[in-house]
Amino acid sequence: MTAETTDTTANATDTTATDTETGATATPMGFGRMHRKEDARFIRGRGNYVDDVRLPGMLHGAILRSPHAHARILSVDASAAEAHPGVKAVITGETLAGMDLAWMPTLSGDVQAVLATDKVRFQGQEVAFVVAEDPYTARDALELIEVDYEPLEPVIDARRALDEGAPVIRDDVEGRTGNHIFDWEAGDREQTDAIFERAEVTVAQDMLYPRVHPAPLETCGAVADFDRVTGKLTVWCPTQAPHAHRTLYALVAGLPEHKIRVISPDVGGGFGGKVGIYPGYVCAIVGSIATGRPVKWMEDRSENLMSTAFARDYHMRGEIAATRDGKVLAIRVKVLADHGAFNGTAQPTKFPAGFFGVFTGSYDIRAAHCEVTGVHTNKAPGGVAYACSFRITEAVYLVERMMDVLACELDADPAELRMKNLIRPERFPYTSPTGWEYDSGDYPRALRLALDMVEYDKLRAEQAERRRDGGPLLGIGISFFTEAVGAGPRKHMDILGLGMADGAELRVHPTGKAVLRVSCQSQGQGHETTFAQIVAAELGVSPDDVEVVHGDTDQTPFGLGTYGSRSTPVSGAATAIVARKVRERARLVAAAMLEASPDDLEWSVSEAGGRWSVQGSAEHGRTIQEIAMAAHSNLELPEGVEGHLDAVTVYNPPNLTYPFGAYVCVVDVDPGTGQVKVRRFVAVDDCGVRINPMIVEGQIHGGLADGIGMALMQLMAFDEDGNHLGASFMDYLLPTSMECPSWELGETVTPSPHHPVGAKGVGESATVGSPAAVVNAVLDALRPYGVRHADMPLTPANVWSALQGTPIRTDLAVT
Amino acid sequence: MQVPARFEYERASSVPHALALLERYGPESRVIAGGHSLIPMMKLRLARPDVLIDINGLEELSFLGVEDDVLVIGALVRHAQFLADPAVGRYFPIFHDAERVIADPVVRNRGTVGGSLCQADPSEDLSAAFAAVRATAVIQGPGGVREVPIRRFHRGPYETAVEPGELLVRLRVPIRPGAASAYEKVERRAGDWPVAAAGAQLRLDGGVIAEAGIGLTAVGAEHFAAPEAEEYLAGKAPGAEAFAEAGRIAAANCAPRADQRGPAAYKRHLAGELVRRALTRAAGRAAEGTAQGAGDRTGDRRGEG
Ligand SMILES: Cc1cc2nc3c(=O)[nH]c(=O)nc-3n(C[C@H](O)[C@H](O)[C@H](O)COP(=O)(O)OP(=O)(O)OC[C@H]3O[C@@H](n4cnc5c(N)ncnc54)[C@H](O)[C@@H]3O)c2cc1C
Repeated sequence: MTAETTDTTANATDTTATDTETGATATPMGFGRMHRKEDARFIRGRGNYVDDVRLPGMLHGAILRSPHAHARILSVDASAAEAHPGVKAVITGETLAGMDLAWMPTLSGDVQAVLATDKVRFQGQEVAFVVAEDPYTARDALELIEVDYEPLEPVIDARRALDEGAPVIRDDVEGRTGNHIFDWEAGDREQTDAIFERAEVTVAQDMLYPRVHPAPLETCGAVADFDRVTGKLTVWCPTQAPHAHRTLYALVAGLPEHKIRVISPDVGGGFGGKVGIYPGYVCAIVGSIATGRPVKWMEDRSENLMSTAFARDYHMRGEIAATRDGKVLAIRVKVLADHGAFNGTAQPTKFPAGFFGVFTGSYDIRAAHCEVTGVHTNKAPGGVAYACSFRITEAVYLVERMMDVLACELDADPAELRMKNLIRPERFPYTSPTGWEYDSGDYPRALRLALDMVEYDKLRAEQAERRRDGGPLLGIGISFFTEAVGAGPRKHMDILGLGMADGAELRVHPTGKAVLRVSCQSQGQGHETTFAQIVAAELGVSPDDVEVVHGDTDQTPFGLGTYGSRSTPVSGAATAIVARKVRERARLVAAAMLEASPDDLEWSVSEAGGRWSVQGSAEHGRTIQEIAMAAHSNLELPEGVEGHLDAVTVYNPPNLTYPFGAYVCVVDVDPGTGQVKVRRFVAVDDCGVRINPMIVEGQIHGGLADGIGMALMQLMAFDEDGNHLGASFMDYLLPTSMECPSWELGETVTPSPHHPVGAKGVGESATVGSPAAVVNAVLDALRPYGVRHADMPLTPANVWSALQGTPIRTDLAVT
Repeated sequence: MQVPARFEYERASSVPHALALLERYGPESRVIAGGHSLIPMMKLRLARPDVLIDINGLEELSFLGVEDDVLVIGALVRHAQFLADPAVGRYFPIFHDAERVIADPVVRNRGTVGGSLCQADPSEDLSAAFAAVRATAVIQGPGGVREVPIRRFHRGPYETAVEPGELLVRLRVPIRPGAASAYEKVERRAGDWPVAAAGAQLRLDGGVIAEAGIGLTAVGAEHFAAPEAEEYLAGKAPGAEAFAEAGRIAAANCAPRADQRGPAAYKRHLAGELVRRALTRAAGRAAEGTAQGAGDRTGDRRGEG
């Protein structure tokens, strides 16, 4: 069943019932709540991750990392390590410089040191690589490498990075005199400023979206195998974008692209942190080329937290201009973006601040303007990672926090204030003041549903009672988010020149079983199931009869990968379209079989499967399986119709899709200790048509837990020397089931008008939408104390400090 | 993968054997119990013992039970075993309060009471709980067995009265008729070490406090105790005001340090607040009659090794 027939009535999710919106049930065909095909292997411990790859003669690598945040390298002496029994090679920056590989391009047009040559620029930066017979020897040998450092003053506080006389981090770049990277702006400054000047009410708030880390359970790593005979390089690594990696290796290392094969096997979580190429991957490749043997490198937890892509780190100042009765007229934002030592954020080239430009959120606001300044600090590079939809997380947090700040100022109810300003359904497609075209939505309906589910009025009454009678503080927080996901279109969106369009190939075997090949790579999103369901719906076959092949560049068509919630919007669309192409080819074959004109045939899907039959006489038809066999047989086909049953396509999305949702969080706060307990969390999501509602809900559950983690506990601060204060799971806390309430999910369905099955992405919705709801709830609880804002994470210490009027600066060491 | 530096491994078959191994290998050898503190440090190469002496098989260190009005806890008793024991819960609810919030079930299945005390982490929960109930540590060395009051057991962060070549073998806690106890902890997340925590035991006699025991952890309290607050309470009637004042005294006499768990002022505040809460809860338990009674004690029971 496709989107055209979908109606859009709201309903709260009954997790066991038929999915009435799509008309799909848990039948073996089409969309619906079927179990994930990949779970059998994961549940049985039969997944195959990079660390499971074992090749004959394989060696092991380990990386020596900088203990300093900023230091000049005076010398590196590896002789003792080289002499250590079992060590096969030691690679230093100097070794790489000899091969012109000491630096590599980043995804943002900067360069990054693979192994440091001149200076180290963040604690944990890669300095040398040891290749040895086993991982223990490799680690032991790291201690034998002597590096002479001259410590330099580091730049830790992003707000001081542009100070006159601040140490220049990137003196490797000729002519660089400061730490400024870019200025970027969006919207209409004059129009916005003019409205601010005349506005009845204006509010302003500084806020930090702190540095966080996606912290996937599987850390990064690689197995590189360079075959000296064939000249073929095979790299296994947990990448979210295997094809982009292959092309980059070809461009950087000069290897012919057809001699490079990137295999991304099962991936233990990516969240954006596995988009880029890390120095360790390059080291493993160089190690294999140097030794002629396969080399495995797996980073440990601390290495992962210290050196791989962080997320956020946006210092923002938001301002809203409004009327006294709560109509928002304009919004403006200034951002100081901490990009770390190398500008390595992964986003479409023309968008140095990602999609932060959607910061007007879900509201119909006349004018808006934002300016973002990117700076270097002595911290790890990265920046767009952790399920953020290219910085929409920051944008949603900003606008949703600002709405509450305005509500506070006007003494208005935050739900009513939002309702008053939401974009009305009749305004879609809606063009935002910063130029985004929202495809579809019914926002008031989603908010109303969320408020009904949580019984908002009752909660406000309970809160009033508590405030009167004392007791733990009750807080209610709302967040309404709109996302923009599924990049391209390729005309506007590319990564290092590679347009963001995805290929798909579908081949139906003679017996009617099908193999789908896609370019994107699952890190837990369940593509093997949902994409099979898309094919199943289009061809009227069982999803069990569709094998989804992904993650191997030798076996799949080109495409840009899985991040920014783009798999279903782009590769999922490609899948539907390639299946429709196959169906059309099947029509021609069926016409030959039935000796009818193709135009006289009609397609139908019943319990028995999909079939082409002569219009008006359903019994006079052929099933897709029969057609597949005939297509491979000696059946005579009309001129121009090739045999067999397969098709290829490349899907270039006409626009992004705009999923949205209304979240309400309820917390109890203990003012004596500052502890926050999340009592309830209601999440109404609208991601268009749900292909597999169970998988959608799983994505939402995970994202909501992410939100609790970021809002309440994840702290990645640095002390004044640049020491990383969150480099293990003892210090960098992930939420557990104990901190998560039983999620209460609801849904509305507003199909995307331009996606072939009406679906929008959902992989990041909850991560994007939930932190603001939690923070708004905590601050709502603290309102009687006159607290208007405190930055994430709202740890007990931070909440208590906020109550004392001195919230903690969460990017620096607590003093 | 984090891997420790090279080390040798010996398995002790008895306490005397363990002591003999300690003597043979000298100061570069380390006893390993649950390994939940030692192994992480070895993986980070912060600890690099030449030899590990494994005491996990030693039945004689796993005893848990009541002997002559004294709760006896073998050094190898696992957190989980301690938490599951009804006699412990009946006489010393403070231990169950604390154990419920120490680490997570996986760590508790393996980590030991003795290892916790010997690790002497300044944020250790059980150190505060044992300080509150004024336990006695029993240490065995080549020269025999000696007893050390728990409030002299800790010499500083990561330093205890157990000398090289010695083993902590058990802890003894006197059961005091009429006493009740409780433990209060603030953590950033389930399974986390405390931001601050306080334990309290109250023995009431004729409507006044005959003896108060207050333990504090993670706030730089010497010997994990709050003697000034205890003294203040002695002879006072239990009540909100007295408990709040005891909290204030305890807070004033500890020396917390800022770290990512919070600023010093917050931890000091918590010390006071949690002492107050622990005292209140202990007093509530005393009033409910869940205080330690004489007579209804369980017999000796062997724990699992
Ligand atoms: C994730 C995690 C969370 C934790 N959270 C908490 C928490 O919230 N609160 C808390 O209090 N603790 C916490 N811990 C610590 C935990 O309780 C450990 O089990 C405990 O600290 C050490 O016990 P162990 O038996 O594992 O000791 P081991 O690691 O085996 O030993 C620790 C030290 O004690 C020595 N030792 C052990 N037994 C003896 C003995 N009988 N005689 C002499 N020396 C001995 C060893 O040589 C070593 O130096 C946590 C640990 C982890 C891993």
